[in-house]
Amino acid sequence: MALVKLPEPDRAIVARRDAIAQDLRRLVDARAVISDEDGRRAYETDALTAYRRLPLAVVLPASTEEVSRALRYCHQNGIKVVARGAGTSLSGGALPAEDAVVIGVSRMSRVLEIDYVNRIARVEVGVTNLGISEAVKAQEFFYAPDPSSQLACTLAGNIGMNSGGAHCLKYGVTTNNVLGLKMVLMDGEVIEIGGTHLDAPGYDLMGLVIGSEGQLGIVTEATVRILRAAEGARPMLLGFDSSEAAGKCVSAIIAAGIVPVAVEFMDKPAIEVCEAFAKAGYPEVEALLIVEVEGAPHEIDGLLALISEIAKPFGPKAVRISQSAEQSAAIWKGRKAAFGAIGRISDYYCMDGVIPLGKLGEVLVSIAHICDRHGLKVANIFHAGDGNLHPLILFDANDAVQADKAEQAGHEILELCVASGGCLTGEHGVGIEKRDLMRAQFNDTDLAVQMRVKTVFDPKWLLNPAKVFPLDGRDAALEVA
Amino acid sequence: MVPNMRPVDEREFSRLLTEATATTTPLALVGGGSKENIGRPMQTGATLSTRGLRGVTLYEPSEMVMSARAGTGLAQIEDALASCGQMLAFEPLSLAGVVGGNAEEATIGGVFATNLSGARRVRVGASRDHLLGIKAVNGRGEIFKSGGRVMKNVTGYDLCRGIAGSWGTLAVMCEVTFKVQPIPEDTATLILLGLPDEIAVEVLCDAMATPYEVSAAVHLQPTLVARLWHEPLRRQGQAVTVLRLENFAKSVAYRKERLAAHLKAYGEIHELDASNSLAFWGELRQLSVLQGSDAPLWRISTAPSVGPKVVAAISAYMDCKAFYDWSGGLVWAEVLATTDAGAADVRRVIATHGGHATLIRAEPQVRAAVEVFQPLESGLEKLSRKLKSTFDPAGILNPGRMYTTF
Repeated sequence: MALVKLPEPDRAIVARRDAIAQDLRRLVDARAVISDEDGRRAYETDALTAYRRLPLAVVLPASTEEVSRALRYCHQNGIKVVARGAGTSLSGGALPAEDAVVIGVSRMSRVLEIDYVNRIARVEVGVTNLGISEAVKAQEFFYAPDPSSQLACTLAGNIGMNSGGAHCLKYGVTTNNVLGLKMVLMDGEVIEIGGTHLDAPGYDLMGLVIGSEGQLGIVTEATVRILRAAEGARPMLLGFDSSEAAGKCVSAIIAAGIVPVAVEFMDKPAIEVCEAFAKAGYPEVEALLIVEVEGAPHEIDGLLALISEIAKPFGPKAVRISQSAEQSAAIWKGRKAAFGAIGRISDYYCMDGVIPLGKLGEVLVSIAHICDRHGLKVANIFHAGDGNLHPLILFDANDAVQADKAEQAGHEILELCVASGGCLTGEHGVGIEKRDLMRAQFNDTDLAVQMRVKTVFDPKWLLNPAKVFPLDGRDAALEVA
Repeated sequence: MVPNMRPVDEREFSRLLTEATATTTPLALVGGGSKENIGRPMQTGATLSTRGLRGVTLYEPSEMVMSARAGTGLAQIEDALASCGQMLAFEPLSLAGVVGGNAEEATIGGVFATNLSGARRVRVGASRDHLLGIKAVNGRGEIFKSGGRVMKNVTGYDLCRGIAGSWGTLAVMCEVTFKVQPIPEDTATLILLGLPDEIAVEVLCDAMATPYEVSAAVHLQPTLVARLWHEPLRRQGQAVTVLRLENFAKSVAYRKERLAAHLKAYGEIHELDASNSLAFWGELRQLSVLQGSDAPLWRISTAPSVGPKVVAAISAYMDCKAFYDWSGGLVWAEVLATTDAGAADVRRVIATHGGHATLIRAEPQVRAAVEVFQPLESGLEKLSRKLKSTFDPAGILNPGRMYTTF
């Protein structure tokens, strides 16, 4: 994979590595600065592992003040900065650069305050996504956005990418679940946006910061909503002999006024691989839906029975309603193991497009054509409720030609998603991966309006460089700024 | 430039805004004008209306998404949604009865431009949370889009959030795309009577922390109960603390019983049936209890448990009638008229307790003299001013409506 070009590093900055590391050691706890090659190696990539760059140095601050001092120094010295949470980005959002300092927030992971009366938690952003839910679990509360990397990924990265998850149809994504942020601007200034109340005064700066991929500042603390968990949740499984029928069934469920907490779709290749691995007992069908609803046991019974009725006209080949925790686990087993199961048989490239649900059938046919043309296989996993499609393109990472083909096919699939009325990315972010595809979705004016927001927060463009926006359009766009 | 302009497409908006920027002609942006009496009074050279942009452009009930041109009437939008059993879940407020604008003519663009949400906001999020995509024209006359028509979208910066709630000071939204939700099959309302504010908000917070998905949690002081249109409640003559459950009928029946049992220690639980429930929540959406008065009205957002403390602190300075929404976190405070509508004292209380306050209703000369919107901390003020100038370098879009400096 080498379609994405990374800019040449500033050699003068790279040559000053030792001096810069020395300076940083005077500004933060000296042990928190990593400049030796082995130490930096651990930070050379994220979950888009095809791209690697050794960072100039790594700083792991323990406080907002340390982040502020490090940023002020980098700002004064014109040094670029890449903010990092757990490094689980699938789009290269946390990819370092050789002339950039990585500032990792992993040591800032405390839960500072939990307030069940007002249903909020104030945390340092290095806390893992699941760590928040774990902290409030005993009181039967949870933090709603649940990206599949939730065991490892940090709230910092969730805020950067405006992460979603399987349950966002009902509970929203990160931007819908954050009330306040403390963040450090590139020049070291610390600002606080929002707080413990709803709807910040003035412009919605928090809304702009969330999803800005670490390009507007480094967030260090956040106040998030925590919610009381439902009394229970249980899934059902529905098998169909076509993807269209499965898609139409989802439409009918939603049109009937039911908003399930999760609706997951798998196509035949995905079902087969997952079944071979997890032995979940999935039926042999072309398309499978897992629909989960919440409530008290009898409420769940009622809803799942209603969904079975709604599904009938679409000719389901299999209908399996979970009656117990064991059966629920069995239904989820294959789906939850999907990425691991596919990874066991092949390397794969995970895409993250979004399409209008009504286009599912035709888009899947086109995806199959695209992959066929490149001689590649594909398995599709789809958050059907919200249109978020994850085609997994299978390839051999040791075969450079095939890897390039996978990347090319991926780009074509994303362009197809946009042409179908959807978008390039539903939850993984643009990063470097989709940077050069942005013009498929936006014209130069659209991009210029976004880039000027970047300039408002970070006039020298030092934060998370060479991501999100096509490299060639920047100067022209900013000429008029 | 003619004084009243009503362009019919975004290209015409683009041309007019380019011209206004070239001639530095400040413009008042209006939709239906239902909220024109909110904010600081402006000195503008012309009025630019979105009412030439009408019509629903996309509606896919099975994908829970609708697009409409910004000048489309809110009533038309809600009728179209209701015909497919759907609604705007954030329950946009009608403020016309409170501030004297035109209630019939609220537009969907105005709803998002002001980010005003009703009682269900506490459960489902604000109007800004439901905005999926925009097509807009900024002060430079540039037509741009952000977001799209799908539920999940993190492609590029989230300008929808940035533009929502900016009261027409950054850009003119020409078309908006938003998330819609099914209308619940059934609604029930539980009521406790005569609780003091502190206890009432404790009840609201307790209810919100149950698994029954309470979709509204409000408390009215006795002086405001006396203004309710709903006669049986008005006759109670004491404070009312009200919770709403919405769901399929069977779930409502079950959850109502459980919630009542959970709260029984606080007092006798009364109940409104479905049709009375709809009437009660319908009048709250129009802020019925704050109508028919010219007294200054503040809208204060704070942490729910802090709401009663804010009201007590304000009451120490001036007569204050309070309606608590959002589990206590949103306080509508009607205060006795003074030269500054109590602004100095209200701001002092907010500085102590946290949150933000907006002066929703006051005479124009008062709104010209005091900060209507919450003054910003210097760091945020600086960023906001820069943001304004990047979207609207000549400062022609609703100048001074939110803040004196931009």
